[in-house]
Amino acid sequence: MDHRDIPIDAILDIYTRILRIRRFEEEVGKLFKQGQLPGFVHLYIGEEAVAAGVCAALTDEDTIISTHRGHGHVIAKGGDIKRMMAELFGKATGYCKGKGGSMHIADFDIGMLGACGIVGGGIPVAVGAGLSAWYSGGERVSVCFFGDGAANEGSFHESLNLASALNLPVIFVCENNQYGEFTPATRAMNIADIADRAAGYGLPGIVADGTDALAMYRAASAAVERARSGQGPTLIEAKTHRSGGHAEGEEAFLAGQQYRIESELAAAQAKDPLRLLHTYVSEKDLIPADELESLDESISRAAREAVEFARESPLPEVDSIFEDLWV
Amino acid sequence: MPRKTYIAAINEAFFEEMRRDPKVLLIGEDVRIGVFAGTRGLHAEFGDKRVIDTPISELGVAGAGIGAAVTGLRPVVDLMFGTFMYLAFDQIANQAGAMRYMYGGQTNVPVVFMTQNGAGSSAGHHHSQSVHQFFMNMPQIKVVLPSTPYDVKGLLKSAIRDDNPVVFLNSLSLGGKRGDVPDEEYLIPLGVADVKRVGADVTICAVGSTVYTALGAANKLAKEGIEAEVIDLRTLSPWDKDAVLQSVAKTGRFVAVDESFPTCSAASEWAATVAEEAFRSLKAPAQRVNNKDVPMPFSPVLEKAVLPSVDDVIAAVRRTLG
Repeated sequence: MDHRDIPIDAILDIYTRILRIRRFEEEVGKLFKQGQLPGFVHLYIGEEAVAAGVCAALTDEDTIISTHRGHGHVIAKGGDIKRMMAELFGKATGYCKGKGGSMHIADFDIGMLGACGIVGGGIPVAVGAGLSAWYSGGERVSVCFFGDGAANEGSFHESLNLASALNLPVIFVCENNQYGEFTPATRAMNIADIADRAAGYGLPGIVADGTDALAMYRAASAAVERARSGQGPTLIEAKTHRSGGHAEGEEAFLAGQQYRIESELAAAQAKDPLRLLHTYVSEKDLIPADELESLDESISRAAREAVEFARESPLPEVDSIFEDLWV
Repeated sequence: MPRKTYIAAINEAFFEEMRRDPKVLLIGEDVRIGVFAGTRGLHAEFGDKRVIDTPISELGVAGAGIGAAVTGLRPVVDLMFGTFMYLAFDQIANQAGAMRYMYGGQTNVPVVFMTQNGAGSSAGHHHSQSVHQFFMNMPQIKVVLPSTPYDVKGLLKSAIRDDNPVVFLNSLSLGGKRGDVPDEEYLIPLGVADVKRVGADVTICAVGSTVYTALGAANKLAKEGIEAEVIDLRTLSPWDKDAVLQSVAKTGRFVAVDESFPTCSAASEWAATVAEEAFRSLKAPAQRVNNKDVPMPFSPVLEKAVLPSVDDVIAAVRRTLG
């Protein structure tokens, strides 16, 4: 990969976002194994380049909508990992006061309009955020992250058509991690590239390497520019991989059955987005090794501190079940 | 006072609210044309940006309304027929019906989903269903179903100004009904019932089209010296429990009339509440009058047989009189 035109500041920014996600998710994985987290969690490890590359191309005013595998999107948009971790613990200090959990984190102050536990459920809402941006006449854009599984939902098709028909500033980012839960995408659709579906709705469909954060940044920047200048929506299909499974602790559901395609698993291991970017900046001598190391140290420490914050935070008062219902 | 139709009252509410607040906009299939005339003429005044025709995409359009609402606008999403709302259920139930609570109060969702509710025009099952009872099961959704021109205007204006998601249902059969509607502005608060007829012998609780069924029954019963009190709930969620309980305390008899399937209907909820909270006032068991429990047939004679009738209500009142 050659990204000489991307400024070092931007590369360091993207690298930082990836690392923040990775270290956070590693802590989450550990906590889940230790039985410290209620519910279930879907880790974003392996897919960080998508959220980091895309969100680096956005401003604070731009909005995003996320999925059940949404921790990475919140962090990439600038979310507070303490409040995120507290939410995962079901604590009162969490982003949603313990009412959302892992799959429903939102931070409206930074334009993170919410993760969504329904596959494809956030896509029409992102079209509405785009409609609002268009209505206001500003430069804001609306980004929607979703997976390959969501591309088979009606909401995906209705949303692409609606955004295209109304020419709205929406960027649809399909994270094709090759599995809808445990079913390979190759068995769920009879096409190689989800991006091809864009043609049916009259918007550009771009395939990007979702393991290459700088390629994602480039693809997103072009789509953002298009949207901001009133040229309408874009679909970006990011080809990526899950490092782990669908959900932590999935062994319990699988009862020994294997579903991962071996060649894909090997590709996932070979194309770890953090290692790829680390290699790129090291080989090109863009960022000094000691700087990368101290960055990792401080980010890892922040992740551990988030765990401490969450652990020490109070549980919500039971009476709070009646709060935040009606305005 | 000027006499206006139910549908003209809806139209007036839109003109007034859209003139008042530039954040109010209308999206849906054929809102420019205004199939039922409720939105007619708005496009000429407010233009493409505020009166937005969409593809026939109920799920997508409902979601777009929600997304616009959480980013600062006050959209009204027109879904034309109640049955079409089934196509949008994920967005209404999982998104609009949860976002504020699920995200810990970070956002309001000031969206109105408007549609036609119920039967009466012999359009067959796919255009003749009541859907209000489904939305009563969604704790963060308000549900409104007005019966008169006066009520529909005042309630629609309040629904548009409400910061919560509102399912606003018009009775399909009431579009041409005429009633007094002042030219001066007024609002009717959501969640407040209206006593449409005062009486001391039995409480008949109704909503939407069944208000007229209840009034028809009350007029006939009056000839026998039985005075029924007819309460029009107007809003189904939250509903005005106090108004119903106060009336039952006076009459000691309760009949719920509701155009929907009997199981888990609005009438079931009212009757259960009266049984729980006003049992000692009751002189006879509470009664329900609902649709017959079948899909809606087409032929006018069959459709009429499925809907709650004046005779059904009279029979229910007689059961309470023992």
